Amino acid sequence: MSQGEFLITHTQGRKIIECRNLWKIFGKRPAEALKAAQAANVCKHEVLERFGCVIGVADASFTVREQEVFCIMGLSGSGKSTIVRHINRLIEPTAGLVIVSGQDVMSLTDRALRELRARKIGMVFQHVALWPHKSIAQNVSFPMEIQGKDMATAAGAAEEALSRVGLSGWGQRYPDELSGGMQQRVGLARAMAADPEILLMDEPFSALDPLIRRDLQNEFLRLSRETLKTTVFITHDLEEAMRIGHRIAVMKDGRIEQIGTPEDIVLRPETDYVARFVSSISTLKFLTALEILRQGEVAGDMPIRGPRTPLPELLAVLTAGASHVVIQDGDGVLGRVGAAEVISALQTDLKRG
Amino acid sequence: MDILLNPFHHFTIPFGYWAANFIGLVVDRSRDTLIAAKFPVHVFLEAIRDFLLSVPPSLGLLVVTAAGYLLGGVRLAALGFFCLVGVGLIGMWSDAMMTLAIVLVAVVISVIIGLPLGILAARSETLYRLMRPVLDLMQATPSFVFLVPVVMLFGIGDAPGVIVTCLFAIAPLIRLTNLGIRQVRADLVEAARAFGASELRVLYDIQLPLARPTILAGLNQTVLSSLSMAVVASMISVAGLGRVVLEGIGRLDFGRATVGGLGIVLTAILVDRYVQGLGAVRPQLARGSA
Repeated sequence: MSQGEFLITHTQGRKIIECRNLWKIFGKRPAEALKAAQAANVCKHEVLERFGCVIGVADASFTVREQEVFCIMGLSGSGKSTIVRHINRLIEPTAGLVIVSGQDVMSLTDRALRELRARKIGMVFQHVALWPHKSIAQNVSFPMEIQGKDMATAAGAAEEALSRVGLSGWGQRYPDELSGGMQQRVGLARAMAADPEILLMDEPFSALDPLIRRDLQNEFLRLSRETLKTTVFITHDLEEAMRIGHRIAVMKDGRIEQIGTPEDIVLRPETDYVARFVSSISTLKFLTALEILRQGEVAGDMPIRGPRTPLPELLAVLTAGASHVVIQDGDGVLGRVGAAEVISALQTDLKRG
Repeated sequence: MDILLNPFHHFTIPFGYWAANFIGLVVDRSRDTLIAAKFPVHVFLEAIRDFLLSVPPSLGLLVVTAAGYLLGGVRLAALGFFCLVGVGLIGMWSDAMMTLAIVLVAVVISVIIGLPLGILAARSETLYRLMRPVLDLMQATPSFVFLVPVVMLFGIGDAPGVIVTCLFAIAPLIRLTNLGIRQVRADLVEAARAFGASELRVLYDIQLPLARPTILAGLNQTVLSSLSMAVVASMISVAGLGRVVLEGIGRLDFGRATVGGLGIVLTAILVDRYVQGLGAVRPQLARGSA
């Protein structure tokens, strides 16, 4: 399923995770700092100077719908890991609302919160966080033990989860006998073994070698398509976010700068920061006829395509022998895409970065 | 002029008098509590001592050697065997058993009190800040000084000997339990919480197993301190190897003092090696504390 299709089928899906005006301020006087930061757009450094407080998350709002993969991207210290920990309340917000599966997580009792964490949410960590004193099988079955499932069921589900990440038969080993990539596969298996509704991925692949990272991204995409879990995926790597996310939130200094599809972020950045961030990314993968076309003469016997046709498809038509493609929306002709238009799009793209 | 150069010749405070009055007051007020506190220690000690003394030495040798084999293989078994045979051959068997009984009871009490305190200290910054100066003081104070308050409050004898041994030996266990739990990687604890584990579950399933090597290092120190205090406590009329040395020195009977001393050294080596062996039983448990 391409990202475009996803948006058509799922923008109306059930809301699974919703954060509204979320603030997290670390330090000894969060209440005062919050007031100041909310009232006058006081910047991060000023809050630190005046109140000795650090803003982790500032006024963040977003919604993740059923089966969506939502990436939160930002550099280190931008607050992305802090945000994701609000979803299962590993961190308490200073202000704002977090709703998961229709429940306000701040209103939950300890017991209900533990239920939510155990049954509905699986989490994968940057440094894997496998328990070194437990075998691989024990690590993976831990979430089910917490749920009170009997040993046989837990062991069976753990073995199944391990085989899904290609590690069947490794259950009796210990984490330090596995390579970094294998360990993170176990991390994935552990998060998915109890079949939770939601996956929280906190920079799961950023500590891995580039090649292994690529492997695991593909593995994750495959699993994600098979299991269709609602996912919040944290990363500092723009390309990873582009590959994995249906939508991306770009963060800076605790604020969400922009939320949009990979295409939105690359083609239509809303702030200077986002524009600078994506300036090194090639737009070619995201360009559609609408961005490339020009007004001009069109011949009646040339192939016709819609305005959302992606560039690769246009290229295929052109290389098949047509001198240009007519871009038409319903009955109205919008323009043409021929060799000249494609070349000009290429030139614009090469000038980026 | 002399008053400036030598002020303490003219001014002293009657601190000893105050202390005696204060202690007298405390003891009067809380005699029942003190006796009640001493009683279970006394019962426990008698039971352990009677048990150890009732074991025939050859059976004791067998058990200790077998335990040594399980804890650390042939070498530890041989070491345990020879130490204990040495103790028996110099005629110190029953004195050694008495000292071991005191050490054992003191260590059990230290663990019962010290482990939870260490766990609490690891969870509460405030509590740790309050406990730290007390622990520093306890570890800086020479063993001899501990005898003073204990004798005043609990009198002399074997049960006060156990109490003073606990007081002297408990600090490293509390400190290293606290340290061991704090050193467990934060993300390992966070991961357990993220999967819905309760705080109790996190403690016994994640933190304590990962802190085990550090806690055992603390236990080792506690055991060795207990042994040294159990010897010093002979001054408040505690039976065992220490008393042999004390009597030997008192009567200028150097043979007897040396025998007692050798008995202490052999017992100490045995106890130290065995407790260290305890730390290495299941090596995979030693993996991955921070």
